[in-house]
Amino acid sequence: MSADLDQLENQSIYILREAYNRIDKLALLWSIGKDSNALLWLCRKAFFGRIPFPVVQLDTAMELPEVYEFRDRIAKEWDLNLVVEQCPPEEEMDQTLPPLTRAAARKTEGLKNLLRNDAYQGVMVGIRRDEQATRAKERVFSPRSLEGDWDVKDQPAEFWDHYKTRFPEGVHVRIHPLLAWTELDIWRYSQREGIPIVPLYFARDGKRYRSLGEKNITFPVDSTAATIDEIIAELQVTRVPERAGRAMDNESEDSFERLRSVGYM
Amino acid sequence: MPHSQLRIVIVGHVDHGKSTLIGRLLNDTGSLPDGKVEQVQEMSRKRGMPFEWAFVMDALQAERDQGITIDTTQIHFKTAQRPYVIIDAPGHTEFLKNMVTGASQADAALLVIDAGEGALEQSRRHAYLLHLLGVRQVAVVINKMDRVEFSQARYETVAHEIKEYLAELGLFPKAVIPISARNGDNIVARNTEQARWYLGPTVIEQLDSFRPQQTSPDQPLRFPLQDVYKPDDRRILAGRVESGRLRVGDTLRFAPTGASAKVVSIEAWNHPETVLSAQAGQSIGVTLDKRIFAERGHVAYHEDSAPVLTHRLSVRLFWLVSEPMQVGRTYTLKIATAEHRVTVEQVTAVINVEDLTSTPGKAVHRNEVAEVVLRSRSPIAVDLAAELPRTGRGVLLDGHDVVGGCLVVEAEDSATANITEVSHTVSAEERSAANGHRGGILWLTGLSGAGKSTLAMALERALFDRGWQTFVLDGDNVRNGLNAGLGFSPDDRAENIRRVAETAKLFADAGMVVIASLISPLRDDRARARVIGGDRFHEVHVAADLATCEERDPKGLYKKARAGEIAEFTGVSAPYEAPEQPELVIDTAALSRSEALAHLLDYVDETLGKASLRTGKELTYVI
Repeated sequence: MSADLDQLENQSIYILREAYNRIDKLALLWSIGKDSNALLWLCRKAFFGRIPFPVVQLDTAMELPEVYEFRDRIAKEWDLNLVVEQCPPEEEMDQTLPPLTRAAARKTEGLKNLLRNDAYQGVMVGIRRDEQATRAKERVFSPRSLEGDWDVKDQPAEFWDHYKTRFPEGVHVRIHPLLAWTELDIWRYSQREGIPIVPLYFARDGKRYRSLGEKNITFPVDSTAATIDEIIAELQVTRVPERAGRAMDNESEDSFERLRSVGYM
Repeated sequence: MPHSQLRIVIVGHVDHGKSTLIGRLLNDTGSLPDGKVEQVQEMSRKRGMPFEWAFVMDALQAERDQGITIDTTQIHFKTAQRPYVIIDAPGHTEFLKNMVTGASQADAALLVIDAGEGALEQSRRHAYLLHLLGVRQVAVVINKMDRVEFSQARYETVAHEIKEYLAELGLFPKAVIPISARNGDNIVARNTEQARWYLGPTVIEQLDSFRPQQTSPDQPLRFPLQDVYKPDDRRILAGRVESGRLRVGDTLRFAPTGASAKVVSIEAWNHPETVLSAQAGQSIGVTLDKRIFAERGHVAYHEDSAPVLTHRLSVRLFWLVSEPMQVGRTYTLKIATAEHRVTVEQVTAVINVEDLTSTPGKAVHRNEVAEVVLRSRSPIAVDLAAELPRTGRGVLLDGHDVVGGCLVVEAEDSATANITEVSHTVSAEERSAANGHRGGILWLTGLSGAGKSTLAMALERALFDRGWQTFVLDGDNVRNGLNAGLGFSPDDRAENIRRVAETAKLFADAGMVVIASLISPLRDDRARARVIGGDRFHEVHVAADLATCEERDPKGLYKKARAGEIAEFTGVSAPYEAPEQPELVIDTAALSRSEALAHLLDYVDETLGKASLRTGKELTYVI
């Protein structure tokens, strides 16, 4: 039974179509991880095959080789309008951030450059509420200043599927079509739909990547799950948080929150 | 275990213990990640505060420091029965919009009340909002029972009070559960010592007996359009079925245009089987057998169960912002995907949520609930919220912001309202018979310099000389009177065309042949004019290539546009979308002036002249 996946799919397609209709200049952020792959898949469903906006990778040149291989193959097969935005180097980051968090902040700066140079009014991001406590507070349509600041204390009302789609000058909006999905939903959906997955998610020699990030700040976790079925079985019982292998989340109590309040995804 | 999760919202007055209850639920069901409790204990120790279960919930730095929950948040946990999402809604009055955001997504609600304090104003307000937001499954949790020694008498008093209040709203709680969130009593484990007298369900048992909200496909069909896509040669109308069911082969009618067409296909990408039907909740795309004018905001339905088309509606609304809603002010009302400008005609009643009494007023302030009458210039397709909630409720926008939400409680059917058209005693047939021709609209569209005005005036002269009732509505001329005050922004241009179309329709109704001569560069604008004009509308494309028009340049406008003195000049710096299926094309680059006029006269004679009167009836039934 996967009526719940149908419901999630229908809701995400509704959000994608609202974004495409209401927001003038739109891009999708593709991290090449399992969530944004599912998001691309949903876009193809929503728009009947072809994604009608650019798909942007914020590149730090620090991804694992399998990730780049996957990116180039899928971009070609799915006829994506792929834009690779090079992120500025670590030396230019806020030096008061802890070192690993600083490495992650490069993506925030890459995103700011993208927004500044290409004047996007909306970017779609495949984050989920169950990933991380601050993401749990997100709106589906979440307005940001040009600097990416997120005012968590004054977010717009969002109810009955009416989203905030009008903004003053200088504000852009993050659109989060997967907010209501869980990690388990993503895997069950990927399995049902046959969505391609970077092989790093599957266990080799007793370890797998549960959450995929740059090689300098992401580590594989102990696991024997070598297929999607096994991953699903693992997730039913695990008590290890999804982002346990993400160094920057766990560097200090508020490192992820600091990242997000200035514009991290 | 089913994967399908139930979404519950936990509401209640500040400090009545919502976050503590959630922390407990997570812990007692074994849903917390390893190390979380230790992490929070360590954080509390560092701050020199006693450990609170609420801290587990309050992940943000600011929340930990202030000890309150700022925004709604969502937390996942599991019972043996199924997975849950908890939506925590803050109790502070000023955070109403977050509470509304959280509660509107819920299948069921827990209302938390402090055993010592009882149902305070906020508890009542939250209960009232649950009712407005459409959350029908509610259970009450009376918390901090440990502080009143699990007194049965105290429980009965608080339970009685809140049950009475809820009953007035038409809400009947499934259970009223005495608990201590701090000690974990009656959440997962029962307190069989102090609460031996309580025989009802625990919190977990109650949660497991709630049902996910479901929409029945047996309701009338409402399919509001989100967008129209042309990925290839298909023209796909995309949207979500909000209620009812739609099948391939169905005849759909669209509000507010009244256009109708048959569903040829339900389009789906990467779907192995042909899709033959779709029901409430599904995001779909359909193709139709006819090219009708349809756009975002239009609502498809089946002929036998139409929505009400109204200009005046009564709503029950809640107001979210500090700037009050005022009588006479205009807002945007968004229902499903349609947006309408509405003016507040009357504030019938401001409701006191404490005792449910009401008083009329002139304004609605933040956090207030009121009954209000709204009036719209454009017809709004709506349902009553009590019948079809998804197309019977909406949000109000002021500028960039959502400022309130509302439910339709009454809608005046335009067909029976005061503005119902008075039927004429002179029929259209009689007018045609007297004039010797039918009334109609010849809509001349084309680039500046294509020859529209020249042709229009020549046609008017020729028809008048033959004794016809005729008049030219010229784009430039109407801008001095009827449309003075409209500029050249896309909205103003669209309004300009709409007014000319409405005026042309009146002339045509009076039996005249109206010759409208307007560049009208956009297909959608002309499609709207066609909707207004109905079958009397005849689109004539006065075609001449840009080079020819620019060479003629009778008004010197191209020269100015090329010099950059006119912004957005059609053909130069703004697009001209040529008609796809006009009734007639007159190529003035290839034809002489008299040849062009002859063609046009032939067409008019054929469609509106004596010949058409004789065969008029048959023509009507062709197609």
